[in-house]
Amino acid sequence: MSTDGLTMMLVTEITVTLITAYFFFKILFTKKHEEPDSYSGNDDEIVQ
Amino acid sequence: MSKSETSGWGSRVGLVLAMAGNAVGLGNFLRFPVQAIENGGGAFIIPYLVCFLLMGIPLLFVEWSIGRFGGNKGHHSTPFILDSMDKRALWKYIGVFGIFTNLAVAAYYCYLESWTLSYVWHSIADTFGGKTQGEVAGFFGNYVSLSSAEPIIFWAICLLLNTWILSRGLSGGVEKAAKIGMPLLLLFGAFLAYKAITIHAGADGALFDGTVGLDYLWTPDYSTIWDSKVWLAAAGQIFFTLSIGMGSIQCYASYVKSKDDIALNAMSAGWMNGFVEIVLGSAIIIPIAVGYLGIDGMKELLSEGGGLGLGFKTLPYLFEQWGSMLGVIAGVAWFGLLFFAGVTSSLAMGTPVMGFLKDEFGWKEKNAAWAFGFAVFILGLPTVLFFNNGVFDEYDYWAGTVSLVVFAFVEIILFAWIFGMDKGWKEINLGADIKVPIVFKYIIQYVTPLLLGWVFINSIPDIVGTLNHEGSKAKIEFYQNEEAMREKSKEQKKLLSGKKDYDPSFLSPNVVTDEQLVANKNITIPTYLLIKKERELEKIRTDVAYRNSKIEDEEKTMLYKNISRLFLLALWLGIAYLVYIASKKSKITTT
Repeated sequence: MSTDGLTMMLVTEITVTLITAYFFFKILFTKKHEEPDSYSGNDDEIVQ
Repeated sequence: MSKSETSGWGSRVGLVLAMAGNAVGLGNFLRFPVQAIENGGGAFIIPYLVCFLLMGIPLLFVEWSIGRFGGNKGHHSTPFILDSMDKRALWKYIGVFGIFTNLAVAAYYCYLESWTLSYVWHSIADTFGGKTQGEVAGFFGNYVSLSSAEPIIFWAICLLLNTWILSRGLSGGVEKAAKIGMPLLLLFGAFLAYKAITIHAGADGALFDGTVGLDYLWTPDYSTIWDSKVWLAAAGQIFFTLSIGMGSIQCYASYVKSKDDIALNAMSAGWMNGFVEIVLGSAIIIPIAVGYLGIDGMKELLSEGGGLGLGFKTLPYLFEQWGSMLGVIAGVAWFGLLFFAGVTSSLAMGTPVMGFLKDEFGWKEKNAAWAFGFAVFILGLPTVLFFNNGVFDEYDYWAGTVSLVVFAFVEIILFAWIFGMDKGWKEINLGADIKVPIVFKYIIQYVTPLLLGWVFINSIPDIVGTLNHEGSKAKIEFYQNEEAMREKSKEQKKLLSGKKDYDPSFLSPNVVTDEQLVANKNITIPTYLLIKKERELEKIRTDVAYRNSKIEDEEKTMLYKNISRLFLLALWLGIAYLVYIASKKSKITTT
């Protein structure tokens, strides 16, 4: 690959991948809001 | 007021995956790479990302906020979501677009989705094994010409599957489908991208390394960066890829409570779509096509049938070059990936329609899902039966293109200027798990509406041209112009004479019949398609009866397109009438 093409591809793809991963991990690890929230899957935790 | 409070999301990850699945569609793999190639290669990514930041993300914030706001007032479809933001009757009817677009797009999109399902089946059954490039391309032509009942059967299966999933509700159906579909889509995409990038020249019949295609796609041509056409293409791609201006994002977000985050959810789903499009979408069809056909061959194929033609007419043959077993696996992965991309989007089109029926007419989940399935069947029939008469494209243009821009433009004006930007900004930040930079407040208020207005104004000549059937009229004019046809023929013959797999005898149907031509294993697909085009042109030029029949076909296409426009208009008016009845009903209930 040409240097220009490779640079453009790597810079773009690495940036997009890191931003996507950052936001998705934030979704996974952000503390849940107090019940009742919007997600029925969290309801059991309150019962416990 | 809502009667459907029992619906809701099971988990936050499920909501984000469903929302990302709504955005990720066939366009991520078939449209984006083609747009990049046609608009400056790697340099296209600059206007693309700028439009994402100035138009995509702001509209995601706006649609998520509007949806959650309306949902908390008990509404899950845009007519009454918009009504909850401003009580003037106009907004209810503007909101009709949020149901109309979903129904009309689902009508043709489910048919497209059914092709992918059928091709998964044919990949498993090894239908494409041992076939020539011409035969594989011909298979697609026969398929959409309804030469057997198979397309109808797969379409019906697809509609039933969508209806069944929708009837199981958000957490039990849509969310589960997203949780299965999205990881599989990523897995299939990663496998195909790896195979595409590691294609080696000389191995399995490849002419070039897969990286040659990547290089072609990513090498920036900065001279295009100031071309307004390129910016328009980037803005258009952002629109299609994020599913904004449809009404489905608002519906999904309407099931989020007011104290729960939408800002982080919107960013996560939006960037996930960007990841699939930029990282995976750029690494599959172009590297494979360039690896086996060269850059010129790939460009000729794109000019013939775009990404859709490349994905359905050519890739099944190219996968076969990887060996029988791997060919089957690659076929299942490619069409499976497209199927998951499609189904997670079509499910999102069903929910606003169901939300409307449940909220405003008290329908049960199952009945609403079946009503959606039935409506899509009726509306989709013309796109299936008259595909070759341009009905499919007509639906795509008016419902899947123009309506999106119109609705998004009006919606952001409502949010920023009528509902009020201060109130709107508060809505975006309510319960937010991230700090949204204040600059977005000003982008939403000034930059995004201006950008949208610019996109719309620039689209006007194209809208007028489409309304006047300029494409069909130009074809008829061409068929009646002997000189123009002769020039075109000269041009095509010159192109053919430069090809190694071309023999002048291929142009004489009396010497090489259609059957012999398609069965010739030595002819590559770009040459085959060009020969077919030249043979067709020669026939139009020399056979008056055939020429007249081609002109009649174009006239018929214009007629069918006009009828489908009336059909779409009737659909819009029908939904508007239902909105009128529902609002009258709710007035009676409240008094």
